[in-house]
Amino acid sequence: MTRALLPRIAFGAFIGLVLLYLILPLLIIVPMSFSGTRFLTFPPPSFSLRWYQEYFGGMNWMQATRMTALLGLLTVLVATPMGVAAAYAITFGKGRLLRALHMLLLLPLIVPIIIIAIGIFFIYARIGLISTMTGLVLANVMLALPYVVTSVVAGLQSFDPTQEMVARSLGMNRLRAFLTVTLPQIKPSVVAGAVFAFISAIDETIIALFISGGQYQTLTKRMFIALRDEIDPTIAAISTLLTTASFLLVLIATSGQKKAV
Amino acid sequence: MTVIDPSLRQQRREQTLMVLLASPAALVILGLVIVPVGWLSFQSIYDGGFTLEHYRRIFSEDIYWRSFALTFRIAVMVTLITLLLGYPLAYAAVRARRPWDVLILACVILPFWTSVLVRAYAWLVLLQRTGVANQALRNLGLIDEPLAMVHNELGTVIATVHILLPFMVLPLYATMQKIPRDLLMAGASLGGAPAHVFRRVFLPLSLPGVIAGTTLVFVLTLGFYITPELLGGGRTVMISMLVSRNVELYNQWGAASAVGVVLLVCVLAIFAAVNRIVPLDKLLGQK
Repeated sequence: MTRALLPRIAFGAFIGLVLLYLILPLLIIVPMSFSGTRFLTFPPPSFSLRWYQEYFGGMNWMQATRMTALLGLLTVLVATPMGVAAAYAITFGKGRLLRALHMLLLLPLIVPIIIIAIGIFFIYARIGLISTMTGLVLANVMLALPYVVTSVVAGLQSFDPTQEMVARSLGMNRLRAFLTVTLPQIKPSVVAGAVFAFISAIDETIIALFISGGQYQTLTKRMFIALRDEIDPTIAAISTLLTTASFLLVLIATSGQKKAV
Repeated sequence: MTVIDPSLRQQRREQTLMVLLASPAALVILGLVIVPVGWLSFQSIYDGGFTLEHYRRIFSEDIYWRSFALTFRIAVMVTLITLLLGYPLAYAAVRARRPWDVLILACVILPFWTSVLVRAYAWLVLLQRTGVANQALRNLGLIDEPLAMVHNELGTVIATVHILLPFMVLPLYATMQKIPRDLLMAGASLGGAPAHVFRRVFLPLSLPGVIAGTTLVFVLTLGFYITPELLGGGRTVMISMLVSRNVELYNQWGAASAVGVVLLVCVLAIFAAVNRIVPLDKLLGQK
């Protein structure tokens, strides 16, 4: 292995460059968020906290942030039980119908989001769900379901179903047997699914561009508009905070799970 | 499996219960994916009467052709670049020793969980005329005039590759990790040169990962919206932007629907073809 040193160094350098390409954009936003000027010069000529002040002091930014956090929470509360129930049925049920249902639940990952977005926009416009919390939560539950289902199915597949049967033969009803015997053992996969559902909801942009607005405008929609119209360094401050938050969440989600992602 | 009493009635009840458990989730998907997409498909052929006018326009008008050609060209470029960067990266992650393999995976996964908007912003900062990349190139004496790296196709490709590289690396890594080391050692002990063992043993065994990664990246690029919108500078009109512009700017629902349906058919055809080699749920489990 040691005979060809030069190719190995070249290979190492190539890997190093690719890693730099991957990580540099994430690192660059941190100093940018502390910049003292409006302009996108790097390194910033002076440092300040003004963009953080702009964010925490901005009524609109705060409103959008609160609303997005609530949206994430509601999405998790609806999508997790739905996803767990569906995953249970898919794993332990039999027949063609359930296999078809599994495929159906993966559809949000297959159909390009832009198509789903204008379709939902059209339907919502008819039934008055544009710019409502209900409409946003429903759309995000739809997007989150594949993550919850995939994660929980993986968890259930490594669980021995005879344990639940034993509990039931000892007189527990099915729901109690599930809650006291099965659920504790698949908890890591449920938590991971819930965290991914939350991240997916607070990160979702395309559907929100069409169906969120007014009082119910998501943070991502505000950010998108700010980025498109004029590049506001407040975005760097928000980006830094968002990135930190999602890393913490991913740590929580993966710490209980052996397999990351 | 869970049938305690093997009587037929019991089995029926079990089956009904399972379907009931899955039905709330199924209804959400039905109402928010199937119905909207079905409605769009209907709208693409019905405009006061049945018509194929919208499809005729897609296949005859320049602006549509150009957009489809551009999108497929970008998708091919992005797929090839991610494969060229991602394959060595996954290989290094599998072969490297302890701290290094974790470092490589961390560098792949951290961007994976960072908002696409955040990364679009970072690339705007890095690639603009007075940005870091241009400054660095100028200081190195490689260029005199700043290069136009953003608000065009190049910027779109650079940022899209960045966003989709993890979708290439993760399936590749998962596949490569399952290749037994013994096989490679056996190949080497039988006298195969490292390059020969790699080509004859490792490469063929890693192909399922290559198929999964390239499919995901290609299909995701076809439907990309945010990145070209923010980094393409208005001239890089990909298919998804054509769809949204027809709705937002021109209120042309029929045209938007028809473009959407063509895009969807392309995506479904690719998945259906690949499904014969790599099962779809495996493929999407990577995401």
